Amino acid sequence: MFTSSENIDPDDEGGVIKKFMFVNRKAPYGTIYALEGLEVVLISAAFEQDVSLAFVDDGVYELKKGQDTKALGQKNFSPTYRALEGYDIEKLYVERESMEFRGLTEDDLLVDVQIVSAAEMADLMVEQDVVISF
Amino acid sequence: MPMVEVAGKSFEVDEEGYLTNLADWNQDIAAYLAQEEKVELTDSHWEVINFLREYYEEYQIAPAVRVLTKAIAKKLGADKGNNKYLYELFPYGPAKQACKIAGLPKPTGCI
Repeated sequence: MFTSSENIDPDDEGGVIKKFMFVNRKAPYGTIYALEGLEVVLISAAFEQDVSLAFVDDGVYELKKGQDTKALGQKNFSPTYRALEGYDIEKLYVERESMEFRGLTEDDLLVDVQIVSAAEMADLMVEQDVVISF
Repeated sequence: MPMVEVAGKSFEVDEEGYLTNLADWNQDIAAYLAQEEKVELTDSHWEVINFLREYYEEYQIAPAVRVLTKAIAKKLGADKGNNKYLYELFPYGPAKQACKIAGLPKPTGCI
């Protein structure tokens, strides 16, 4: 993947950069959605698109600090959200209503995010070329 | 799953030769995996391998090549955080070979 890209002149790709939003709606464990969603986001970074992440409903729990999965016997993948910055994925939006309904504040989250209202989130979704929900 | 024997102990690897259990890793296993990849380990190789172990410890993933290169440049300097340097150390790709020797899973999105 990497070696071949060295031979490609980015100007010749004719690639249009699209706006992709990955919407995370589910709690981190119990289903595979959160982990799969995160992996897709990491892969998408290789394609140099305009990627953003939205966290709504139970999806806000994915960003909760201090996750402990020992009793579940599953890997705690929450530290990986902190790697997103290194992948140049810096637009993380959390819906205020979902966060507050669950008794969380920005201080409970393990990465820097932008808190937006449900109405603002809807506007952000409308701006996208592609919205993929997990 | 296939097993390999190193220094009298056996370890599980996946079908591509990546160590299954991260915690099994030690320097003997690294030396064995390097030998399988036909890489002769020097201090420069260890520097990258140790960097990858630390990266995994912190973020729980093996980084993509682009991300690894950038992170190494930041920590060890631009003379090491570039493709030429890393491909000289690991000819078949720093993400693929160095991650394998470091006992990490294959980087996500690496084909």
